[in-house]
Amino acid sequence: MAKDFELIEHTADVGIMAYGADVREAFANAARGMFSLIVELGSIGEVEHRYIEVTASDEESLLAAWLNELICLFDAENMLFSRFEITEFGDTFLRAKAYGEPVDSSRHQLKVGIKAATYHMLEVDRSDGGRVQVLFDI
Amino acid sequence: MSAPWKQVLNRVNDYCWEIPTSYTEGMRVPGRIYASEAMLEHIWQEKVFQQVANVAFLPGIVPYSLAMPDVHWGYGFPIGGVAATRVSDGVVSPGGVGFDINCGVRLLRTNLTVEEVGPRIEKLITELYNNVPSGLGSKGKLRVSDKDLNEVMVKGSVWAAEHGYGDAADVEVTEDAGCIRGADPEKVSAKAKQRGIPQLGTLGSGNHFLEVERVSEIFDPDAARAMGINEIGQVLVLIHCGSRGFGHQVCTDYVALLGRVVQKYGINIPDRQLACAPIQSPEGKSYLEAMACAANYAWTNRQCILHWVRESLVSVFDKSRREMGLEQVYDVAHNIAKIEKHIVGDNGLDVCVHRKGATRAFPAGHPDTPEAYRKVGQPVLIPGDMGRGSYIALGTEEAMQVTFGSTCHGAGRMQSRSAAKRNQRGADVARALADKGITVKAGSMAGLAEEASEAYKDVDEVVDITHQAGISRRIVRAVPMGVVKG
Repeated sequence: MAKDFELIEHTADVGIMAYGADVREAFANAARGMFSLIVELGSIGEVEHRYIEVTASDEESLLAAWLNELICLFDAENMLFSRFEITEFGDTFLRAKAYGEPVDSSRHQLKVGIKAATYHMLEVDRSDGGRVQVLFDI
Repeated sequence: MSAPWKQVLNRVNDYCWEIPTSYTEGMRVPGRIYASEAMLEHIWQEKVFQQVANVAFLPGIVPYSLAMPDVHWGYGFPIGGVAATRVSDGVVSPGGVGFDINCGVRLLRTNLTVEEVGPRIEKLITELYNNVPSGLGSKGKLRVSDKDLNEVMVKGSVWAAEHGYGDAADVEVTEDAGCIRGADPEKVSAKAKQRGIPQLGTLGSGNHFLEVERVSEIFDPDAARAMGINEIGQVLVLIHCGSRGFGHQVCTDYVALLGRVVQKYGINIPDRQLACAPIQSPEGKSYLEAMACAANYAWTNRQCILHWVRESLVSVFDKSRREMGLEQVYDVAHNIAKIEKHIVGDNGLDVCVHRKGATRAFPAGHPDTPEAYRKVGQPVLIPGDMGRGSYIALGTEEAMQVTFGSTCHGAGRMQSRSAAKRNQRGADVARALADKGITVKAGSMAGLAEEASEAYKDVDEVVDITHQAGISRRIVRAVPMGVVKG
């Protein structure tokens, strides 16, 4: 099976390249890739879910806004997510259900904090299924 | 064959190199990189030239897009970038400040010596680790209301001092007296406030730290004395952190907002992370008012942490603050935009100086240099990496003339985080530090490996260039005894 996502190296920070059968799936895999930087994905149980709605002016900023919304939920509510169902998806709007649980320090070994998804190197590519790229400020 | 950068750069002097506007069409001004010839090869490989060139696209930039010797590849701006834009018709760019608004460094001096602290360093580091909330997802021990948070945003360090965390003497020796005026909490989103409330009074993770260090060299005894640093072996404590999730969200919100208006203002930028708006526009003004809130939050944060550092020292050494001479030396911001007056050409000009991983370095006699340092210049605090040490420098007149009163902010990263982790494990890093007599307590071992010495440029070399170039004067070098990492 092809990889869902891979890391992009950067001197100070880290990026994610994510793939999918279409862009919608690549968005979900980018989110999984992002949480894999924070903690082992396998350690996140599906205990709770959150509904997420994001709007932006174009599909690249939608990608940044989507990931930044999840970073905010992690930072403000300590929520870790490992599975994402993007139920509605357009160029400037998405609605999703994210499954996960709050951080439990006895089980979750947190690796790195993410300040934000940046717009540097941000890419959404629809050719050959879906491929997206994003660089985080760590 | 000569190095590829030689075909691009024009040598200004041994420590300054110019990227001409012909490098990329759209540059409004040339770029200038402060570096030794030996460092340029690495800087070239790092794609820094292109980032310096991209910043030169910003409307109203004068007269160069600048890079300090610790420069490395960032997102949008390079880390170590300085850009001044005309207040009258130039732009402000949130990416030129970064997500960690007013990330900065604060230095506390003691009159304790290495002989006194050495035997109790493990106890002290443990006490600091327990007393200063740190690490990913940590919550502060402060309980602040929405109203308190609004006051923090407006008052900065003064709020902390009024609530018993330090005092007016600390505030006096803080950049901008720990408060940028004109902060408007209305310009900050509910999300930023939600992230900010539980994190006030926390160190955070990543490259943030508390370091107990000892003075290892004094280059100018008179200037050092002005900062209360009198002898080799004197113990200091360095605090490095910023505005936490509060500042990250402010930047996130405004990069998105300004990204939507660049077209409206007819601005051409080569990288979306350079999103910007005219300083005089409603969006530009709102960003500066929100940024001031985050900057003030960061100063409050460091002020509270300073207080807990003092408490920890009092507890471990069973002496009073006064007996140990626990006075703040200074506090600098190194991710910030400031409206300042500078001489450009022959005229005074109001400019917005973006310092993205760069430190203000104002000279003796400058009205913004605190009274205590008016005769010697503003202290510049330059942390290195965990193993090699840090510097205290002073601002200079030369910096005012060539870098808008700015100098480097640290050593600068050289290795990616994953490369650092591949090359060394956290446990090995801890052992290597222990072999050097440095005690470390870290929230995450992987995090520790990412911050290994080898991942950074040599701070001695970086500071040597700023000293030789005259943009700050090297005064004191200190080496770590113990470190708390988030």
